[in-house]
Amino acid sequence: MRFESVPRAGTSRVLEILAPALSLLAGLAAVGLVFLLKGLNPLFALGEIFRSSFGSVFGLTETVTKALPLILVGSGLALTFQAKFWNIGAESQLLLGAVFSTWVGLTWGPSLPGPVIVPLMFLAGFLGGALWGMIPAALKIRLGINEVISTLMLNYIAAELVKFLVVGPWKGASKHGYPYTDDLPAQAILWLFPGTRISPILLVLAPAAAATLTFLIFRTRFGYEVRVIGENREAARYAGIDFFRTSLLFMAVSGGLAGLAGTGELTAIHHHLSYPDTLSAGYGFTAIIVAWLGRLNPLLVMVSGVFLAGIIVGGDAIQMSLGLPAVTVQVFNGIILIFLIMGEFFLRNRIRWVRRTPRHG
Amino acid sequence: MARIRTLEMRDIVKDFSGLRANDGVSLKIEAGEILGLLGENGAGKTTLMNILFGLYRPDGGTILINGEEVVFRSPRDAMQRGIGMIHQHFMLVQKHTVLENVALGFEKAPFFFPLRQVRRRLAEFSYRFGLAVRPDEPVWKLSAGEQQRVEILKALIRSSDLLIMDEPTSVLTPRETAELFDILKRMSGEGHSIILISHKLDEITRICSRVQVLRKGKVAGEAPMGEVSAEDLARMMVGRRVADSYPKADLPPGRVVLEILDLEAQNDQGAPAVRGVSFEVRENEIFGIAGVSGNGQQELVECVTGLRRASAGAVRLLGREITGLSPRQIHNRGISHVPEERIKFGIVPNLLLYENAVLKRHHRQPYSIRNIMNYPAIRRHAGDLVKSFQVATPSIYSPMKHLSGGNIQKLILGREISADPVLMIAAHPTYGLDVGASEYIRGQIIARRDRGGAVLLVSEDLEELFMICDRVAVMFEGRIMGIVDPRSGSFEEVGMMMAGAVEAAGGEATDAV
Repeated sequence: MRFESVPRAGTSRVLEILAPALSLLAGLAAVGLVFLLKGLNPLFALGEIFRSSFGSVFGLTETVTKALPLILVGSGLALTFQAKFWNIGAESQLLLGAVFSTWVGLTWGPSLPGPVIVPLMFLAGFLGGALWGMIPAALKIRLGINEVISTLMLNYIAAELVKFLVVGPWKGASKHGYPYTDDLPAQAILWLFPGTRISPILLVLAPAAAATLTFLIFRTRFGYEVRVIGENREAARYAGIDFFRTSLLFMAVSGGLAGLAGTGELTAIHHHLSYPDTLSAGYGFTAIIVAWLGRLNPLLVMVSGVFLAGIIVGGDAIQMSLGLPAVTVQVFNGIILIFLIMGEFFLRNRIRWVRRTPRHG
Repeated sequence: MARIRTLEMRDIVKDFSGLRANDGVSLKIEAGEILGLLGENGAGKTTLMNILFGLYRPDGGTILINGEEVVFRSPRDAMQRGIGMIHQHFMLVQKHTVLENVALGFEKAPFFFPLRQVRRRLAEFSYRFGLAVRPDEPVWKLSAGEQQRVEILKALIRSSDLLIMDEPTSVLTPRETAELFDILKRMSGEGHSIILISHKLDEITRICSRVQVLRKGKVAGEAPMGEVSAEDLARMMVGRRVADSYPKADLPPGRVVLEILDLEAQNDQGAPAVRGVSFEVRENEIFGIAGVSGNGQQELVECVTGLRRASAGAVRLLGREITGLSPRQIHNRGISHVPEERIKFGIVPNLLLYENAVLKRHHRQPYSIRNIMNYPAIRRHAGDLVKSFQVATPSIYSPMKHLSGGNIQKLILGREISADPVLMIAAHPTYGLDVGASEYIRGQIIARRDRGGAVLLVSEDLEELFMICDRVAVMFEGRIMGIVDPRSGSFEEVGMMMAGAVEAAGGEATDAV
């Protein structure tokens, strides 16, 4: 006996929605199993996660705080994944955005008013992420270098660059030996809703980016060409699509959005450049799951972004309340991603169980 | 196990989802014979040999070795009975050495230090048959000829008595071909039998002792080499003309649309594929290119459509040079293209029908206006195409992959014709389609011609070319062997050119109109 997978002729709309929902449930069940092994009641632990992230005003504001960078990065990743360009380097694009903004903020911040310096910093953040993102695109199209490897490796380079800056040339004079840059001047720091860490600017920017990206992917010529490249490279060549230009462009947009998230983290929350893992709680990686869970549609990414932000917040909470190790959230995310990918497979293929064909002849 | 004295295949039948690839084929070979298996692409040669090698199971018929029935469940079974096969594309591990490749899968090699023993045998066989190889060289460094020798040695060391070679000379230089033939003669002298799959007449006549011709899955003829002429073989290969021409408007050819001058191009491996081709296509004309596929037709079309760079020569459209322009620029100048391998190149299977209806024209008005896609106009256009080109589909919102091959092709053809091109290129437009769809597509191509269009039609189907073309050029090994007028030319003449047996006197001068 063996199993055989057969591509499904068509997938119904019900199935399209049911598949990720069921995968999510199955993933949560698997996560529950992990809790069970730790001697915890899985239902209680899972309940605790969602209670602490969605069940209180404080939890909810924290969830939104973390959802905004996830939506920014996830929308951009949805674009590159539509082209089947596996950008695993959003984390480094985010960091480069923060680096560029820091430079602009520290250099010109003291002499420029807020309404000028803040847009400039966001612009610089976009530029930093975009330039960093265009490197792997150029490497792939011109030299055939696999983008998974190059984007992944650029993460390490960016992280080391940030570390070098904060302990070396950019080390803050006022920070007494801590690996931080100086704080940004007050006019370069975003105003937050009182009692929260949510900036109204980011609260508008993230959904606006998601809406723009939806339009870009599904309504523009550029989005059409991106989808043709992703679905059939040979046909894209036949159709006269310029791979080099298009790839540079979508990686500039994707990297740029990650860069914006970096600027947001910097100016709204940290106020100075610091160690890479302080600056970003792995948003560049979590956003990969966000993009897939949102079925590569930025409008749905807004929903999945909030959901995964909830898991991060809830995970942090149960670390403390239930005494679980810090990596719990990552285990959680990893399991969910694997189940989502499996769900996608089962959505596209039907599994048949065949007995060995009787031999004839 | 006893050596193979005779091997017989009797009444072999093999179906592939409704298509009969082998229809009652019988074949016999004795020790020491070199049997040529001749036929056009799709005649069933490779299918028959894959059955003999245990890759496919026949749907009917039997295989006998020394008069005794055998059943091969896998290539392993076939190899154990002394049958070896060398595929057109070599099955070697590129990073491993010659010796390692030979040892790989060799069952008699000892578990410990297998290479030591295999090295000895390799030297022995290589001396006996004159097969020079360098055992410690990694395979990727070897020439095609050397790699082929490694494949032959692999088969010999596994004591293959019968060797099947699928188009063995297609990757070789003439010098390497001569060397290969020496080796094959030596092997037959030692009592090995060889089946040589080929579509090249001169090779078959040079080396084989007997020849068998397949056409459309059936045996078209079989004879000892001395008793048939090249003309006989060419006729057996391509058959007789059966169908009549399609009705065409009686129009004189108009001005020159496409002009190709001494075009040269290389294939993906960097070998010359198009070697000095010149011809022109006019208005009101369907210009056909015949030939067994792999003789440079694809590279030629790619040069004209901008998908490949020509290494020399010129392509002109209405007198203007278009050599080296990008596919988009060439399309914008009015060349439309129905590509071969329609699903691979012509459509995006996962996108919806209406999204596919503007592929390649999506960047032009009215389908996109200032970089924004105009989906209402696109959907209207898709609806028109579906209606006027009789595409059977539940709706324009169906994913393209749900359409049948014939309907995919109708949509592609419609898309390319509706662009009202100056020149339309169609590569194997009816390949694999049923009779109804094929006729419809041919009718549309003729209608295009009758409305003043110029058409370049590449096809392997000689009947099709004779039915609809105004002139037919034959390509062989990157050259045009001659240009024939289908009204006066004969199938045999074209068949000979396709097999490289004759170069029509005067070549391009047979430009009879």
